[in-house]
Amino acid sequence: MDVFLQTFVAGVLKGGLYALIGIGMTLIMGVMGIINLAHGQLMMVAMYITYVLHLAGVDPYLSLFVAMPALFLLGAVIQRFLLNPLLKADTILPENQVLMTVGIGMVLTEVVRFIFKSDYKSVTTGYSNATFFLGNISFSMALVISFLIAIGFTVAMFFFLIRTDIGRSIRATAQDKDAAVLMGVNTGRITIITFGIGSGLVAAAGSLLAPVFYVFPDIGGPFTARAFIITILGGLGSTVGAIFGGVTLGLAESFGATYISMEFENIIGMTIFVLVLLFLPGGFKRLTKI
Amino acid sequence: MKKNLVPLIVLAVLAFFPLAVKDNYYMHLMILFLMWVVIGSAWNLIAGYTGQVSFGDAAFFGSGAYAAGLLSVHLHISAWWGLALGGFAAVAVGLPFGWICFRMRGAYFALATLALNEVMRHSAAIAEGFTGGMVGILIMPSFVSKVPYYYVALGMAVAAVISIQWIVHAKPGYYFVSIREDQDAAESLGINTHYYKMLSLAIAAFWTGVAGSLYMNYMGFIDPDVVFSLHDISIMAILVGIVGGVGTVYGPMVGAFVMVTVQELFRSGFFGLFKYLGNVTGSGTIVSIAETITGAHILGFGILVVVVILVLPNGIVGDWPKIRNAVFRTKPAT
Amino acid sequence: MAYFQVEKLVKYFGGLAAVNGVSFQVEKGEILGLIGPNGSGKTTTFNMISAYHRPTSGRVIFKGQEIHRLPTHKICRLGIGRTFQVVKPLGRMSVLDNVIAAAYSRVNSRREARDLALETVQFCGMTPVKDVLAKSLPIAGRKRLEIARAMATRPELLLLDETAAGLNPTELLAAIDLIKKIRENGTTIIIIEHIMHVIMTISDRIHAINFGQTIAEGTPKEVAANKEVIEAYLGTDYA
Repeated sequence: MDVFLQTFVAGVLKGGLYALIGIGMTLIMGVMGIINLAHGQLMMVAMYITYVLHLAGVDPYLSLFVAMPALFLLGAVIQRFLLNPLLKADTILPENQVLMTVGIGMVLTEVVRFIFKSDYKSVTTGYSNATFFLGNISFSMALVISFLIAIGFTVAMFFFLIRTDIGRSIRATAQDKDAAVLMGVNTGRITIITFGIGSGLVAAAGSLLAPVFYVFPDIGGPFTARAFIITILGGLGSTVGAIFGGVTLGLAESFGATYISMEFENIIGMTIFVLVLLFLPGGFKRLTKI
Repeated sequence: MKKNLVPLIVLAVLAFFPLAVKDNYYMHLMILFLMWVVIGSAWNLIAGYTGQVSFGDAAFFGSGAYAAGLLSVHLHISAWWGLALGGFAAVAVGLPFGWICFRMRGAYFALATLALNEVMRHSAAIAEGFTGGMVGILIMPSFVSKVPYYYVALGMAVAAVISIQWIVHAKPGYYFVSIREDQDAAESLGINTHYYKMLSLAIAAFWTGVAGSLYMNYMGFIDPDVVFSLHDISIMAILVGIVGGVGTVYGPMVGAFVMVTVQELFRSGFFGLFKYLGNVTGSGTIVSIAETITGAHILGFGILVVVVILVLPNGIVGDWPKIRNAVFRTKPAT
Repeated sequence: MAYFQVEKLVKYFGGLAAVNGVSFQVEKGEILGLIGPNGSGKTTTFNMISAYHRPTSGRVIFKGQEIHRLPTHKICRLGIGRTFQVVKPLGRMSVLDNVIAAAYSRVNSRREARDLALETVQFCGMTPVKDVLAKSLPIAGRKRLEIARAMATRPELLLLDETAAGLNPTELLAAIDLIKKIRENGTTIIIIEHIMHVIMTISDRIHAINFGQTIAEGTPKEVAANKEVIEAYLGTDYA
């Protein structure tokens, strides 16, 4: 029973962070109608920012305040100069925006590799390996703090989307781009802001994960994969779905690693992906209608 | 007859190439070029003509390669049987996959191919008892000379290009393009879109698998990271397709030529240019640039993806008028 | 048994009934007009007949065969062609290639498909623009291409969804001529149209719906005088 609970707790904690990654992805998906296959790579960049600041003695959680704005900017620039121009191009090539994000992901990874080499770096802090116990269940201090901050961001994101003008414009654009244009929404600007926010959110996840994970250039790919599995699990474009999707994936990975085999960790996500396609096309969104 | 002239000349040049050029290095590049013509044409069929972009061609390439290798390892028959069976192995992977994914529209297929790519790579690595795992498969090459491989590759490329051209210009071709242009309209015209997407995928997977089998025979060694490589196979296939021009007849050939050259440029550090300059000038910096470039071909691919999509979204063949105008400053033909 | 009939068709989207119990019959060779205000469920009815939507309940019967469980492409092959209100040209194909793609539903060889397509293009008066890319056609051309493409599938029953909307008076006359020509060919037609002048001239009978339900059926004259129809179109003040 203890093993079960322990696995459950680890899964939920990880899932909270995955939710943060998923929300960023799903926002971009909703507004742009594309899957951003550079999502994990953007997170990787944020991790390196955290790493560099750590070398300068800045706490990873404080570096959020640098990594998030930096990635917001990077995301906005990508959207403005690399993705938006494609809307106007007349081309046979389908999915050229998705393909573009693949290219961007490759460039980010390789540029980082060029600067930092492929070595594993770690951001070790006093609390990286600290744990506390509730009953027989151990909680990783770093993961718990990250989880709480992630929840904070998620809640803040909801208020932002529901209460603010920009949030409303984002939701309007996601629902019906043409109608939003007619209502006076500058959708070009909204896509830029959305990509920025999506990147900022995943940057937060990156900074929060940095104390617990090794940092290396190729870490982006697996996280892009996770992000899109979460998005598909949750239903494309659904924010609530992304949270469910994130937690589900966290739990599945955690239980898979404990009860099946560590080796299969990579395949679990793919298996979920295929199962969702087979049995629940449309993801959780189909069940909740949110 | 005139419209067949260019392909016939190209074919004649390719047929006599080994007689003129004996250098193994160039033979090697030409074999790779022919292999990429096959993969690029196949990718172009499913992505360019049918509009279903595959991000995971390596899944089919690797299936074909492993089919050939495993036949040789487990049944002790020649890996050349793989040329006959590798294509079908890839189809066997592709069809159930397509059946699942094509029920949904939009980016699902593209993303799912990416997932398939990874599933195949991990599976090949995990199933050590069957595939040899990360150790891979090593077979003895049949020939020392590259000439036989060259002619097999040429035969394969000709067969692939002709069969794909034939299909594109017949009924299925019209159906593929109709699906690409508007799936709802296509259905209303009596087109079983699900079936025809599967057909397109099957043909594309088949030829990609055959190319994989040839790779096994020619290189003599495969492992999961080589033949199921996302960057070196799947992304390369996309690049071959888009650099040449999607949905065009000659696009994949032009694309294969350019991309094999680009790949080799990086691998060889611009054909040893930097190394040469470094030695001549005695500058350590230039030598280290040479070393960096050799390892940076994925960065090059990434930049190429970004630049091609931005500047030449229809590829060299598709955007040829645009290129001609930019280079020769002629007035656009109206 | 009627040549073609829909029986108590119902379609819910979420909790909303787009079509709620529509029934009508069409006899061979007839032109039935389907009218109703925007959002009354006309196009949804077409979409159920051609199987883009599966009916929540109800039946569609064509020549004695239930067809509402068949996929769209089979409906076409059974001999029911359709056009789209929001036109769906195969943009980067020429007009002729659009029609050839449709013709392949009846023939298999390239030459036969081309011949059938050329004949259809000629019939629809599109020969002068046959080599133009579909996406560069003006709206009248696109509407006409919808008809040409549907005709190349050799339909016995043709569903026309607002093929006259957005046309200028000259184009309108040409469109009416074409529809009459199609009918003389022996093709049965169900037509959705907002332009009263058009639908009143060419329909044999008219079926009016509002809020997903039938409000009137009869000859054009009868329906035009119907109180509920006038209310639905002009508001209660005019009734």
